[in-house]
Amino acid sequence: MSRSVPLTVLAGGIALLAGLAIQIISADAVWSPSYGLAAALLASSYLLAIVWRHGAAAAFLLLAIVHLAAIPLIGHIGHGEGEMGPAYWALLISGWLAAWTSVTRLTAAARSVPPSARQAINLLIPFVFGVWLILIWEAVTRGAGIPQVLLPAPSAVWAKLIASLPILWADFVQTFMKAVIAGYVLGCGIGFGTAILVDRSPFLKRGLMPVGNMVSALPIIGVAPIMVMWFGFDWQSKAAVVVIMTFFPMLVNTLEGLSASSAMQRDLMRTYAASYSQTLLKLRLVEALPFIFNALKINSTLALIGAIVSEFFGTPIVGMGFRISTEVGRMNVDMVWAEIAVAALAGSAFYGSLVLIERTLTFWHPSNR
Amino acid sequence: MTMNDVLKSKTFAVGTVVLVLIAIWYFSAVMLNAPFQRELDERAKLSPTTGQFIEATLNQKRPVLPAPHQVAVEIWNTTVEKRITSKRSLVYHGGITLSSTMLGFVMGTVLGVTLAAAIIHVESLERSLMPWIITSQTIPILAIAPMVIVVLNAVGISGLIPKALISTYLSFFPVTVGVVKGLRSPDPMQLDLMRTYSASSFQTFWKLRWPSSIPFLFTSMKIAIAASLVGAIVGELPTGAVAGLGARLLAGSYYGQTVQIWSALLSAAFLAAMLVTIVGFADKAVRRRMGIMQ
Repeated sequence: MSRSVPLTVLAGGIALLAGLAIQIISADAVWSPSYGLAAALLASSYLLAIVWRHGAAAAFLLLAIVHLAAIPLIGHIGHGEGEMGPAYWALLISGWLAAWTSVTRLTAAARSVPPSARQAINLLIPFVFGVWLILIWEAVTRGAGIPQVLLPAPSAVWAKLIASLPILWADFVQTFMKAVIAGYVLGCGIGFGTAILVDRSPFLKRGLMPVGNMVSALPIIGVAPIMVMWFGFDWQSKAAVVVIMTFFPMLVNTLEGLSASSAMQRDLMRTYAASYSQTLLKLRLVEALPFIFNALKINSTLALIGAIVSEFFGTPIVGMGFRISTEVGRMNVDMVWAEIAVAALAGSAFYGSLVLIERTLTFWHPSNR
Repeated sequence: MTMNDVLKSKTFAVGTVVLVLIAIWYFSAVMLNAPFQRELDERAKLSPTTGQFIEATLNQKRPVLPAPHQVAVEIWNTTVEKRITSKRSLVYHGGITLSSTMLGFVMGTVLGVTLAAAIIHVESLERSLMPWIITSQTIPILAIAPMVIVVLNAVGISGLIPKALISTYLSFFPVTVGVVKGLRSPDPMQLDLMRTYSASSFQTFWKLRWPSSIPFLFTSMKIAIAASLVGAIVGELPTGAVAGLGARLLAGSYYGQTVQIWSALLSAAFLAAMLVTIVGFADKAVRRRMGIMQ
């Protein structure tokens, strides 16, 4: 098994040779030093992949060469935007397969390295995937000359993003800092408080749990037009939508979390003669933390979606949802993508910081040990 | 059943909560509609009794908050009284939303299961793809809905497909995550047994992994179908209030027709409840056939 050449290497090598052959034969091929450099680097990466197969060092060297090859691979497009032929696509596919090979090798090597290095590799692998996604996106949009309106190249989106930072910042402040944060804090806070109160009455709990679960599945986003009517066009109406959207997940999860402590643990508290509030603070809320964080994480995404979509129903002339819907109407698709990039960054950062807080607060939980 | 059993039953508790919610709704309707009604009465130089006043607040034409019975009447009028082909029929609009929801849900489920199957078989795919699938959900996906609709419209694709694509995007994620968990759920003993039978990975997949992932699949499908409906409704917004429940919401908000908004909203809620219940029934039926009833 281990003597034979892996399928990705074989396919990638064939693609490289085919690309070169077409480049030489066809009359209208675009020539540039970049093309030759990319092909040479890819050829050496495949040679390396066949000769030196095992170990982390080999995988890292392969990874480095492949990404070095990516630079001239993208640079070559500059010599003929929208005129790339099969010779170029074959080279691109070959590059992608080489990257794929290096990722497979890294995954294999991750098993035999110390834990700290393994963690770094586990972060590196999705990063490589993201890099190649963007590389291929850039190469295809520019190389094949896909109209800007349909799908702008990442480089164009980046340029637009840098050029319109003040507008994007104003939109971010309006939508995220005002509507999302206010609505999120209020909605989660009220949901949590209600859960603590409802928890004292088993009857209410029995009645509210199914209703809460049901409401969590409903398209609550539909209340947006009503909230815009009640609270006006500014951020208050968006915050109200966010409050309603985040309330029920928090209520249901906290209620579930409060009953997560075992009868044994509660009995122990009783033998200590702990009061209701002591049991709540020292046992039940601690046991409920994973559930509460689950709700906080679900709500972080819901809050951003709620605020952006309710802006489609009416806003002052600022805000991420407003910008997206108007720029779509004007066919400024690169601006829309820039706005989406900001939203994506904000959403992931929001979620990521919640995960970090969760890890420090629930270090005792089995899933974190 | 004794009186005590009734008091302790879940149905009674849920019924009470629902009744209390309706009572709160009526109360809020009176409170919210009162200022405008007072203005109207002053202008007409009327001095109604409290009873008359409350009745009037519950029967305004464009109330701030319509009373439950007004919404019920509106839903009755636009479902039963209208022909279902009529543009004013909620059944017509609901059907349009339902069709793109279903198409998106089916595509999302197929995509989700395919991705899950690929992920458990190729380790480097899991390492590289799984983090991105999770990250993709922290992004407010719905924000790209208008762009998908308008851009696809510009290249000549309109109608069902763009909306269904948004639903697909929203619904594939819970399915992928749930099914990956499900395909991993057979314990090592069972996998070892398959190995002693010298089963191929294809056979292990069909005879062990896939059947054990079914409960996970259905749980995910319940979430996915609800998400799919949200996607379809939001997908109807940017086309400018043409057809569908989302369009009814938008049209209602343009013309201040609160009763229309609420009736569209409640129909959407009803649709969501129905869809989730149907998936639940399918789940039960499949479990019974497979012999894994609890």
